[in-house]
Amino acid sequence: MPALELSDVTVQLGGRTILDDVSFTLGQGELTGLIGSNGAGKTTLLRVILGLLAPTRGTVTVATDGGRRSIGYVPQKFMLDPDMPLRGRDMVALGIDGHRLGLPRPSRARRELVQQMLAAVDAEAFADARVGQLSGGEQQRILIAHALISHPRLLLLDEPLANLDLRSAREVVNLLARIAREQQISVLISAHEMNALLPVMDRVVYLADGRAACGTVDEIVRSEVLSRLYGHPVEVLRVHGRVIVVAGDSDDAEPTHPHHHDHDVEIF
Amino acid sequence: MQAFLRAIVEPGFFSSPQVQLAAAIGGVVSIVAAGIGVFTVIRGQSFAGEALGDIGAAGGSSSYLIGIGPLWGFAGISVAASAAMELIGIQRVRGRDLATGIVLGFGFGLAALFLYLGSNDESTTGATISVLFGSIFAISSSSLPLVLGLGAITAAIVATLYRPLLLVSVSPELAAARGIHVRAVGAAYLFAMSVAVALSAFTIGAILSTALLVGPAASALRLTSRPHRAILAAAGIGLGCTWLGLLLAWDSYYWPHKGWPVSFFVVTLVLLVYLASAPLSARRRRRA
Repeated sequence: MPALELSDVTVQLGGRTILDDVSFTLGQGELTGLIGSNGAGKTTLLRVILGLLAPTRGTVTVATDGGRRSIGYVPQKFMLDPDMPLRGRDMVALGIDGHRLGLPRPSRARRELVQQMLAAVDAEAFADARVGQLSGGEQQRILIAHALISHPRLLLLDEPLANLDLRSAREVVNLLARIAREQQISVLISAHEMNALLPVMDRVVYLADGRAACGTVDEIVRSEVLSRLYGHPVEVLRVHGRVIVVAGDSDDAEPTHPHHHDHDVEIF
Repeated sequence: MQAFLRAIVEPGFFSSPQVQLAAAIGGVVSIVAAGIGVFTVIRGQSFAGEALGDIGAAGGSSSYLIGIGPLWGFAGISVAASAAMELIGIQRVRGRDLATGIVLGFGFGLAALFLYLGSNDESTTGATISVLFGSIFAISSSSLPLVLGLGAITAAIVATLYRPLLLVSVSPELAAARGIHVRAVGAAYLFAMSVAVALSAFTIGAILSTALLVGPAASALRLTSRPHRAILAAAGIGLGCTWLGLLLAWDSYYWPHKGWPVSFFVVTLVLLVYLASAPLSARRRRRA
């Protein structure tokens, strides 16, 4: 059974079609990039997968664990006051049973499990500092450990590389690739910029105007495929191992999509 | 001077039933208010707490008019006000300062009216001071069961919601993704906070009630990086300030102007602890 299967998912909000017949399947142990510019529908898609938003049409099948969706989630918006009395270690422990009512019961097994997770994401060095005082990259590691500690089949990350410097971004990407491989879970990473993910991405779900194309990078990131997806000609350039998607001849662009002119270069 | 010393060395303090009752009520209230206050500070709802206390003044003062216990007045109006805040969505947006400010001004206006209407009545002498600044030594022993009951309810709510509340405070998005009903948790917390504020207003007065709610909590957040320790530390600080405040107020009977208000001592001690905690927090912030 796949970790995640979407078939013909359509979401309409306030008369607008946000997602249009999106279908794809994620297998175990694979790292998939959910790529698209701002407004392409990435966040909506994540909300549908998390069960926070019911699709207008179509079905979402997520692996379950004891009736609960087996998903670890790392949100994008994460603002913590440095005064918040919560260490990285405490945040990871909340991943075990943070949704439960009542007071937690500390135990040696719990502490060891937290320690293992901290080690798995190389976060032991800063596990006793307040989460609000950690750098962006350090917070990502703590959040990843928080999401992984319940052993989900699927790990979702919303723009984890935004606001990270290049080095931290590379470290987080390598960590996620290792987690997917070693723990055989399916990792789905949303990003508006795919280059940081290129070395590790097994597959790509490319979103444009709510439509999706899914396959390997070589299958999807090509001029003819993306032109069909965008509904107007675009060109995929490969420069020094990086991918750049630029708008093609603007005369052929559909007049119904005027906002395309706002960003002639989709991905840089 | 001799009399002052006698008050310490040979204390009528511990044997006075008035003091014992004040210590019991003040103890329960300070522990509950400070513990709940940790989440108030974390969630950035201090101003909402202040507003609930101020609006509570209207309830406390109306209780003298209609002849019910002041705690019922404080609690009734505070809970009603928190329900109104929930309905207009104040808990979701942190910065609704303006709406809150206008509503709390209205609360004081009502308090002014009720206190004026009751001012001709002999039995309500001192009501103004009681409602606004508290009079813990004058509390009737019949209030103790209600204080204990309300204290237990609020403590139980926070203990029950402890983990979801922490997650919601860290990231509502993350909490929602884990199946936590973010709004329900927030509403339940707001209810608990409104009761804690009412208890605090009943004890040290409506105007000063937030001091006991957020003061010890703010100090505790500087002293420890763990959530449960912060709650314990806040409760300890609140209890210490309240009890020491009672002792000083008792002693002040022998000072010029005899019998200074307890509330003054409590909030002064709260402030002193807060100031004293600053250097400790500075040291903690420097990470290895």
